[in-house]
Amino acid sequence: MSDLVFDVKNVTLRFGGVVSLNDVTMEHRRGEILAVIGPNGAGKTSLFNSLTGVYRPQEGTITLSAREGHPISVIGRGAHRIAAAGVARTFQASRMFSALTTFENVKIGAESHRGIGAVGAMLRGPATRRDEKASDDKTMELLEFVGLKDQANVLSASLSYGARRRLEIARGLATSPVALLLDEPAAGTNPAEKLELANLIRRVRDELGVTILLIEHDMKLVMSVAERLYVLNFGSVIATGTPEEIRANPAVIEAYLGSSETQTSEAS
Amino acid sequence: MTPELRARLGRLASFFAIAALVAVMTGPSGSNDSPTLGFTQSFAQPYSYFGLFRGQRWMVFLTLALVVLGLHTLWRRGGSGVRSKAQSFRQTFDAPGRRRTSALSALVVVAVVALLVPHLITNPGIQSGIVEQVLAYVILALGLNVVVGWAGLLDLGYVGFYAIGAYVTAWMTGRLPIAAPFHHPVSSFAAIPVAIVFTMLAGVILGAPTLRLRGDYLAIVTLGFGEIILVFSNNLTNVTGGAQGTNPYIPSFTFRIGGIKYLFGNVGYYFLVAGFVAATIVLFRLLEHSRVGRAWTAIREDEVAAESIGINPLKYKVMAFAIGASVSGFAGAVTASQIGVVYPNTFSLYFSVNVLTLVIFGGMGSILGVIVGSVLVQGIAVYLRFYPPSGYQASDLYMYLGALLIMMMIYRPAGLVPSKRRRREIRQAEAGIGHEGDVLLGEQP
Ligand SMILES: Nc1ncnc2c1ncn2[C@@H]1O[C@H](COP(=O)(O)OP(=O)(O)O)[C@@H](O)[C@H]1O
Ligand SMILES: [Mg+2]
Repeated sequence: MSDLVFDVKNVTLRFGGVVSLNDVTMEHRRGEILAVIGPNGAGKTSLFNSLTGVYRPQEGTITLSAREGHPISVIGRGAHRIAAAGVARTFQASRMFSALTTFENVKIGAESHRGIGAVGAMLRGPATRRDEKASDDKTMELLEFVGLKDQANVLSASLSYGARRRLEIARGLATSPVALLLDEPAAGTNPAEKLELANLIRRVRDELGVTILLIEHDMKLVMSVAERLYVLNFGSVIATGTPEEIRANPAVIEAYLGSSETQTSEAS
Repeated sequence: MTPELRARLGRLASFFAIAALVAVMTGPSGSNDSPTLGFTQSFAQPYSYFGLFRGQRWMVFLTLALVVLGLHTLWRRGGSGVRSKAQSFRQTFDAPGRRRTSALSALVVVAVVALLVPHLITNPGIQSGIVEQVLAYVILALGLNVVVGWAGLLDLGYVGFYAIGAYVTAWMTGRLPIAAPFHHPVSSFAAIPVAIVFTMLAGVILGAPTLRLRGDYLAIVTLGFGEIILVFSNNLTNVTGGAQGTNPYIPSFTFRIGGIKYLFGNVGYYFLVAGFVAATIVLFRLLEHSRVGRAWTAIREDEVAAESIGINPLKYKVMAFAIGASVSGFAGAVTASQIGVVYPNTFSLYFSVNVLTLVIFGGMGSILGVIVGSVLVQGIAVYLRFYPPSGYQASDLYMYLGALLIMMMIYRPAGLVPSKRRRREIRQAEAGIGHEGDVLLGEQP
C-alpha cells in the first residue's frame, strides 16, 4: 500500500436535502500534486472543508497521516486541530487579515503553532524573544519564496489579486504544513499571474516537499501542474487518473470539459 | 435643491431633533398630575448650563448643536488646510528618533502630573472619588479592552467579575455572614491575589462553555451572567448580607514596617491603584504586540482563516476573558476595601455599560485611548458630582454618555485615540473589504 496523506473513504456530506458529497473515496499520496476538478457546485469546496475539519460529513472516514504511520481521524476534530496537525489551506474567496500588513499576516501563521502563553508574552523573556526572531526570519524567507518581499510592509488589503493568493499560500506555508490545499488559487488572476502561480505550486512541492491538493477551474493550469486528478460531479467522483486519461475520458468530457471553455471565458 | 444642500439640511434637521430630544430627556421628569412637565419646562423655563449659558433649555441645546455642526462643517470644508498641517506636524514627530523622545517626554509629564494629583487635590471626598471613580475605572476599562477591543467579544456582564472580586475580599476578611476560609480572616491586602484567582477562574468557567457563541448570543449570555450575580448578591442574604450590604466595615489596607503600622488613606490607595495601572499598561502593551495579541487580531478579523492556520479561537477567547475578569476582580477587591462596604446595587447593568462606554469612547483596542477616555469621562463625572451645575441631576450623566456615544459613532467611530488596527478595520469595512459572517463557500456563481 502506498503512503497516503489523506485517505478518504465513502464520505457523504449533506446539508438538509442537498447532498454535497456523495460516497466520495479519494487517496492522496504523499508528495504528489493532486487536483480536484468539476463544475461549479460539484462539491469541491465541500470536500476541502471536510478534509480540514470545517465541515463534518455524516458518513465515511477521513484519515490524515501527517507523519507516516501516525494516522488520525479528521472527522470530529476542529479545524484548528487539523491545521495544527499539518494541513494548511487557502480559500476560494481569499481570506487575509486585511487590516494587517503582508508581513504580519504571514507571521501569525509562523507563530500560531507555538503554544500560547500570555504570561510569557507579557514578561517577554529570552525564550519569547528567540521565538519571535525565529518567526520573523521564517516570515521573511517565505515572503521571498512567494515573491512578496518588497510588499512586506504593505497593508494586505491593498495587494493585487495575484499577490493576495501568494500571500495566502505564504501564510499557509508558515505553519510548516505537510499538505497544502489550494481552493481555486488562480481565480481572478491574469494569465501572467497564472503562469507564476503554476511555477510557485511546483516549487512548493519540489523545494519544500509539501504535498498539494488543488482545486482549479483553469484547465490549462490544472493539466500542466497536476499529476493526478479526481473529477467531481454532483458530489460524486466520476473519474480519476492522469491528465491524459482524464482528457480522454468520455464521462468527463460530457460532464465538465465540454462546458469548461464557456465557463472559463465567462469567469475571466 | 442639490443633493449636497439636501444632505446639509438633513444634517441640520437631525441636529435640531437631537437637541430637542436631549433637552426634553435631561429635563425634569413629568408626574402623574402634569405628564408634560418635562416638555414644558424644557421649552419654557429659564435654564443655565454649567453656568455658561442662560436661556431656555431648548435654546441651550440648540446652541450646543449649532456649535458642533459649525465645527464639523469647518473641519469638513476649511479644515483640509489645517489637517494637512497637522499631518506634516505629526510626520516630523513621527520620525523614529523624534517620536521616541516625544513619547518619553509625554510619559514624564504624565508621571509628574500623576504624582502631583493627590497633593494638588486635597479635598478627601474628591481624592477618594478619583480613586474609586477614575482610577478604578481606568483599570476596569483596560481589562474590558482586552475582551472587547482585542478579542472582539461583546461582554455585557463585566460587572459580575467586579462583584465577585469585591465579595471575595469581604469573605476573606471575614465580613460576610459566612465564615472566612479556615475561620481565619486575613487582611484585605492578602485578599487581593485570592480575588484575582477567583475572578480568573470565574472567567474561565463562564467563558469555556459560552465563548463558542458568536456576537449577539455572547452578549446576551454575559448580560445574563451579570444579572445572575446581581440577583445572587441581593437575595443570598445569608451568604452576601443581601441588599444591606456587607458588615462590619472591610478594613483598609495596612502594612507594617518595623513597629510602625501604616494605614492606607486616600493617597495611599491612589498610589497603589496608579501603580497597578502603570504595571497593567506595561504588561498589556507587551501582550498586544506579542503573538497572543496578533492571534486575537486574527480571530477578530476572520475566525475561519485564523482556525485554518492552527489558532484555537476558543482558547484565546477564554484567555482574553480570564484576563479581563481578573483585572475586573482586582478593581472590585480594591474598591471594596477602600469603600469598606459591598452593596449589591452597585452591580447593575449600568456599571458594565459605563465601562463599555469608556472603551468605545476612548478607542477600542487602544491602550492610550482607553486611558484618556476613562480619565476624561470619569473625571468629568467626579467633577459634576462635587460641583454640580444648577439644574444638573446625577442621572443626567448617562444621558450625556449616550449622546456622547452617538456622536462618537457618527464622527469618530474608532474612538478618541483609535488603535491603528481598529481604524484600518473600520475603514475597510466601510469600503466593503474583508469578511462579514461565515462565507465559507467563496464567490458562488
Ligand atoms: N454550508 C453549506 N450550507 C448549505 N449548503 C452547502 C454548504 N456548503 C456547500 N453547500 C452546497 O453543497 C454543494 C457543493 O458546493 P461547493 O462544495 O461549494 O461546490 P464547488 O466548490 O465545487 O463549486 C452546493 O450545492 C452548495 O450549495
Ligand atoms: Mg468552490
